[in-house]
Amino acid sequence: MSLPILEVRDLVKRYPPVTAVDGLSFQVLPGMCFGLLGPNGAGKTTTMEIMEGILAPSSGSVSYRGEALGERFREEAGILFQATALQHFLTVRQSLALFRGLYARGRDIDELLRLCSLEALAGRDNRKLSGGQRQRLLLAIALVNDPTVLFLDEPTTGLDPQARRNFWELVRSVKEQGKTIILTTHYMDEAELLCDQIAIVDHGRIIAQGEPRRLLREHFAAVLLEFPRAAFPPAARTLPLQLLETDERIEITTDDLDATLRTLIGAGVPLASLRMRPPNLEDLFLELTGHELRA
Amino acid sequence: MIRRLIAVWHARNLEFLRDRGSLLFTLVLPLSIILGIGFIFGGPSRPLFTVGVLGGPAALAHNRFAHTRYVRFLPVASQQAGLRAVRRDHIALLLAPGHPLRFWVNTHSPKSYIVEKLLRAADPGAVRLPVSGRQIRYVDWLFPGILAMNMMFSCLFGVGYVVLRYRQSGFLKRLHATPLTAFEFLSAQVLSRLAIILVITAVLYTVVGAMLHFHDAGNLALLLLIAVLGALAMIALGLTVAARLASEELVNGLLNLLTWPMVMLSGAWFSLAGAPRWLRWIAAALPLTQLLHAARAVMLYGAGMGTVAPNLIYLAVVTLVFLGIGAASFKWRI
Repeated sequence: MSLPILEVRDLVKRYPPVTAVDGLSFQVLPGMCFGLLGPNGAGKTTTMEIMEGILAPSSGSVSYRGEALGERFREEAGILFQATALQHFLTVRQSLALFRGLYARGRDIDELLRLCSLEALAGRDNRKLSGGQRQRLLLAIALVNDPTVLFLDEPTTGLDPQARRNFWELVRSVKEQGKTIILTTHYMDEAELLCDQIAIVDHGRIIAQGEPRRLLREHFAAVLLEFPRAAFPPAARTLPLQLLETDERIEITTDDLDATLRTLIGAGVPLASLRMRPPNLEDLFLELTGHELRA
Repeated sequence: MIRRLIAVWHARNLEFLRDRGSLLFTLVLPLSIILGIGFIFGGPSRPLFTVGVLGGPAALAHNRFAHTRYVRFLPVASQQAGLRAVRRDHIALLLAPGHPLRFWVNTHSPKSYIVEKLLRAADPGAVRLPVSGRQIRYVDWLFPGILAMNMMFSCLFGVGYVVLRYRQSGFLKRLHATPLTAFEFLSAQVLSRLAIILVITAVLYTVVGAMLHFHDAGNLALLLLIAVLGALAMIALGLTVAARLASEELVNGLLNLLTWPMVMLSGAWFSLAGAPRWLRWIAAALPLTQLLHAARAVMLYGAGMGTVAPNLIYLAVVTLVFLGIGAASFKWRI
């Protein structure tokens, strides 16, 4: 097994009286996409900013290739903040040129424009970009130094579904180039699609960590049955089943589909509105944090 | 409509009142300006004109002109020093008591013109003598002051505000995540503003100078050096103000608090020759005063490096001190 490219040890960040990050430890292996998942305020962005070297932890440490974060890290890391401001009155190309000038080595600007589908926008003022275009420019800026580690902090928040898919494709192509990616998101579909490893964070602590599929296998049975709450007879809620109630739905997880269906039919539960699907990360998240994503 | 207006009005008031620094400055700034102006110009019947007397005012005691109100009589040590002061428009007239009373006058000075009329009314027999050499018009005297003040405003506000905006928008935070150091960032800001202000000042110098028929008495290379060092000192001051603050109104207040005393005390508009000694000490500490002193010495009197060296050294020291403070206290994020 290769050595971790990034290692986070006992990270704590306090903003008295709040402890935003409460003793996080994890390792990221080279070439992996590591996802930090959690609701808003869970401590994801704080953890990211400490890992990016722009925020000092209260205690604990982050090391890059076995060394404390330093000059080498700054040269080799690419960063996309949750909200990044750019210098006014610069075109897309000029914005890229500015950041390209800050690094000793990096990629050709035309190549970046092509990679991030920005060729047609190269001459446009960076303030006149749509949300998706702007995010592509910010990704191009994050890639300007041809980084070995790429930090993406909620990169698709606020984008429309098409722009999100477009962005995911870009990230996957970046990943195929062997770059290590640290991603925070509260979109579970995004994490499922992009991440090799995830850590679910809540109240500044990791509450689950591992490969998405393994985590799902560990926490869930094979199948998940979903009923609209209104279509599920109240009396049937006391059946001996693994049953989870949310505001709108009743969810039942099971390994033995035949037996569960027999039980439901026996209790007179109408199956017309039943939906069956494999459990996803959102189910896992709700199971672990016990609440809906906090907006 | 009124309800919406009130809602926005109320929110804006809260924003303003909760920004303590700004609130303080909106009170402190006008108060200090009013008190300052009151102090400089106030007090009982301040003299309007200054007249130099060879041998001291006592020698003039028997002349009716000596009793003219609002004219201050200063002793002048030598005729040579007195004539220099007339040429530079520092005194309205130079008097040599005796029979008849002789006086020297700067024929380009409005003040000299008025005081000469007063003197002729009091002593019709006084003899007018020409002042040899180049005489300085008030507008010539003002010209370096206008250029220097423009430089000050551009450097302080131009740099201070831009850095503040970068910090507020989070652009600085993004730059922080790159190998860029605070020193590199600040140096780039300094050099950018320096280039801009030198071009602007050169254009103003050429165009306005031509309009005024201004004749520069000094060495242009030395003047350029003065402009560079003066601009650097102002930029460094602006950067120090903006080094870590994140409130627009506080930065605005601080910049005003710096610029106003310089406008009033640097001697850009009027000479502080007659002001109290402590006020002149304060004035001398202001970078604009030093810049202006050197610029006037070169532009009006053709002074050389030796004369303006103390001013230049002072400006260089101010620049280094403020850049040091600015870089050490620099904050990338809010």
